[in-house]
Amino acid sequence: MLQRIRRRYLALKIVSEQPIKKSDLLNSVWNKVHQLYGEYGASQVSLSLIEHNPEGNYAIIRCSHKAVEMVRASIATITKINEKTVTIHIVGVSGTLKSLRKKFLS
Amino acid sequence: MRKFVDLNLRPLIRDIDQVETMVNKSSELGYHCVGISIPQGAKRKEIRMLEKICNDVGIDLATRVDLFPKTPRELLSNLRRVRRRFEVVSVICASKPVARQAAKDRRVDLLLFPTDSRKRFFDLAEAKLASGVSASLEITTEPLLLLRGISKIRLLSCLRREAKIAKKFNVPIVVSSGATTEYLLRTPQDNAALTTLFDLTLPRRLCAISENPKAIIVRNRGKLSKDYVAPNVRVIRRGKPCSSV
Repeated sequence: MLQRIRRRYLALKIVSEQPIKKSDLLNSVWNKVHQLYGEYGASQVSLSLIEHNPEGNYAIIRCSHKAVEMVRASIATITKINEKTVTIHIVGVSGTLKSLRKKFLS
Repeated sequence: MRKFVDLNLRPLIRDIDQVETMVNKSSELGYHCVGISIPQGAKRKEIRMLEKICNDVGIDLATRVDLFPKTPRELLSNLRRVRRRFEVVSVICASKPVARQAAKDRRVDLLLFPTDSRKRFFDLAEAKLASGVSASLEITTEPLLLLRGISKIRLLSCLRREAKIAKKFNVPIVVSSGATTEYLLRTPQDNAALTTLFDLTLPRRLCAISENPKAIIVRNRGKLSKDYVAPNVRVIRRGKPCSSV
């Protein structure tokens, strides 16, 4: 029997001078994962963007529970998106969207 | 609860706004103590101003000096001048003789190496000397954020080798940001995650951002206090001179 896929949800706080587009954010995270861990590593991450709020400067992404540290390291190395200075801080990590929202985004 | 320390913030200390922004940001990110790099010739007034900024935010300040000597003789002379004035002394080892001298001098707290892979002299001999005087290897995350391509690959390869050597000789590793602007500051957990790039295990990662830097500060504050006499000798009470019998 196939094992249930375990995932982690990460709440991100985006600090930038101008709002960042959803596609730009996801692309830059993918690029960093690819840059640091290569195609093999990126294939294990199962990354997806769940929510993006440019006004509130936060986003939620989902990844495999085994790849949390890889995603953390990749996001920490983002310094620019489209030549705009950006910092992305990981506010919290949780196993469910409900608890993530309750703990870190309420 | 674990208390996190970032021992290497490098704002321009004359730019008060920048210092305030960075100290506020560090506090917001969850740091309990920050080390701000202060130029050797800084005035008492400037240091007091930094202390005031940190007190207002509720964060502990460790005064730190970065020495960049060209020769071992210059290092010794600098150490003589600054050791009693700063809580943390770091030496940027740009040449092998300087690196060796720094590793065997007990007045040095942190050994920092340039990002150029040819100038990273932390080898077995260096680690052996450093372990004898309890100097720590400092790794800053700033180049990991800013370098690209082959230079980053070379740096990661060097850091992996150095982390292995440090483990073999029990040399503590201190991970700090080395940030010059608030955009280069990361949360302690993110800094710890960056160390996975050079294979630090979880307990060593956490020690590198909390216990190891804290131990340096506590040790040096003890030595700089007026009650300190010698290693393991301390004044515990002051009274009148004993009358002769």
